Amino acid sequence: MTAVVDAAVETRPETSRRGRGTVLLVSLTILLVVGVVMSATIGQLPVTRGEVLGSLLRHLGISTDWAPPSGELVDRTLDHIRYPRVVMSVLVGAALAVSGAVMQAIFGNPLAEPGVVGVSSGAALGASIAIALGLTFGESWSVAALAFVGAFLSTMLVYVTARSAGRTEVVTLLLTGIAVNAIAGAGLALVMFIGDTAAREQIVFWQLGSLNGSLWSEVLVVLVVAVPTTAIAIALAGRYDLLALGERTAGHLGVRVEALRLVSIVLVTLLAAVAVAFAGIIAFVGLVVPHLVRILVGPAHRLLLVASALGGAVLLVWADLLARTVVVGADLPIGLLTALVGGPFFFWLIRRARQRSGGWA
Amino acid sequence: MTAACAVREVTCVRGGRPVLTKVTLDVRSGEVLALVGPNGAGKSSLLGVLAGDLSVAAGDVELDGRPIGSWVPRELARQRSVLLQANDVSFPFRAAEVIEMGRSPWAGASGFADDEQALSAAIDRADVAHLLDRPYTALSGGERARVSLARVLAQDTPVVLLDEPTAALDLRHQEEVMAVARRLARAGKAVVVVLHDLSVAAAWADRVAIIDAGRLVACGPPADVLTAERILAVYGIAVHVVPTPDGHVSVVPRRTEFSDNVSHQGDEASYTHEQDRGRDLP
Repeated sequence: MTAVVDAAVETRPETSRRGRGTVLLVSLTILLVVGVVMSATIGQLPVTRGEVLGSLLRHLGISTDWAPPSGELVDRTLDHIRYPRVVMSVLVGAALAVSGAVMQAIFGNPLAEPGVVGVSSGAALGASIAIALGLTFGESWSVAALAFVGAFLSTMLVYVTARSAGRTEVVTLLLTGIAVNAIAGAGLALVMFIGDTAAREQIVFWQLGSLNGSLWSEVLVVLVVAVPTTAIAIALAGRYDLLALGERTAGHLGVRVEALRLVSIVLVTLLAAVAVAFAGIIAFVGLVVPHLVRILVGPAHRLLLVASALGGAVLLVWADLLARTVVVGADLPIGLLTALVGGPFFFWLIRRARQRSGGWA
Repeated sequence: MTAACAVREVTCVRGGRPVLTKVTLDVRSGEVLALVGPNGAGKSSLLGVLAGDLSVAAGDVELDGRPIGSWVPRELARQRSVLLQANDVSFPFRAAEVIEMGRSPWAGASGFADDEQALSAAIDRADVAHLLDRPYTALSGGERARVSLARVLAQDTPVVLLDEPTAALDLRHQEEVMAVARRLARAGKAVVVVLHDLSVAAAWADRVAIIDAGRLVACGPPADVLTAERILAVYGIAVHVVPTPDGHVSVVPRRTEFSDNVSHQGDEASYTHEQDRGRDLP
């Protein structure tokens, strides 16, 4: 009898939370589609929603009357400027949010984020070296590869320094982040000093973060890296849940903790590196998005990762739209906008973490 | 009777210091074995060795007759469960979710009905039904300990290793947790419990193993092992070993030097074992 009552008590919030998850995923999808269409229509050259729809349908092999005349200005603007930029913002947003969520899972700390702990600046340093040295192997891949090397080295540095006994204290993590950011910043300054004017401009571009001038070849690189890594992260979701119990306990429940950590570091690094290589340092997406998702639907990682991917995409699509339209005729760096939102949010998080642990534990 | 798990001549070194020296111990199915000893004696290390967490410098560790190193993690998680002293959870998972994590080693191996049955039994035994919807991170120390115990019970393994499961608990829950351990043993499981309270060990364990400075000092039925002389030798404190009305023994420190503060019954130092017995029995 009591067991029946218990089961009822147990199921209700479970279903309500699952219901909330569905609502969240559907709302995010709607926000994403609306954002993508608006991004395609708004810009220096006005394009109607009908033209966007017609052009999209034509790419799917369906011809309609709405489609803009093939090969003319509207069509070319959409195909070569708007679409790659929108797709890039979707992919980069998803990649950053997922890499943040995975990093928080393996550090056991909700303040871990590629930008905060210096992984992004490591990636930017790697990418800027590729540019300054004029490395051009494999088109867009050389930049991504060096960004990966830089990001990987900084992740390992943070990981080795900031962890003790399977957990990462907030202060140690942030201090390590400061150190890594300082080293990468010095490296960037050096590359800027040595490099020519063109290289300098590109390095400035990284530090601010922008989706301007995204190319299909770059989008392809991001796509090829981000989609499988995100899929692997989602497949590992159950293990990330167990990792929240602490590494030893996760081990007692059958998780190969060492292997999971290693794979996850590679995932985080790939995602952060590929995002930074082509969009620059866009901070706080990996911090804000998973956190809001956790508040809304709880910390279980399967839903967290899926919703974070969508939420990151939504955030960047809309942030990019804002960046392009808030000042007429100008293209604000998107990193500036996300930092404007993310900075205060980070303050709030630190305060909360501080209250909970009763000081700087 | 076969040993559910065993260590033979095990020496374990941590940080250059031997924490266990030539320890040999069998844990049998169907018994509660209490590990007791002073702080830093190596109880938790022995538990870690039995769990397969710590590698040993010498000796053999066996689980179900096989070297523990030969078990793959998933199999191991279906054979033995472990409750550690510290049970922090990094994110605000609900208590129900934490307990469900105990079923994860059985994913794909047990049916939905088995999972549900194991979960409701675990929730019932650990007395946490009223906590299920609360975020784990918002629970008190004692509530966390019980939710974590429920997680371990949900894992439903033949060997159960508990490191100070009663440390954060009030008197009633302490007794209930030990009753849970007894019931597990009656159901045929091997239960190892690290305890500080010798009276609790004496009341609930089939056998008590005393560890001191990394060595196994004694192992056997509580009444044989927990003698005043041995406790004085190991803990460096004089105690009364007093029979309880329930037929167990209770270990109470001699507190004579403070008797002028706490007692108005005259010279307690002259109390003998016999007098204690006479006073306690009805």
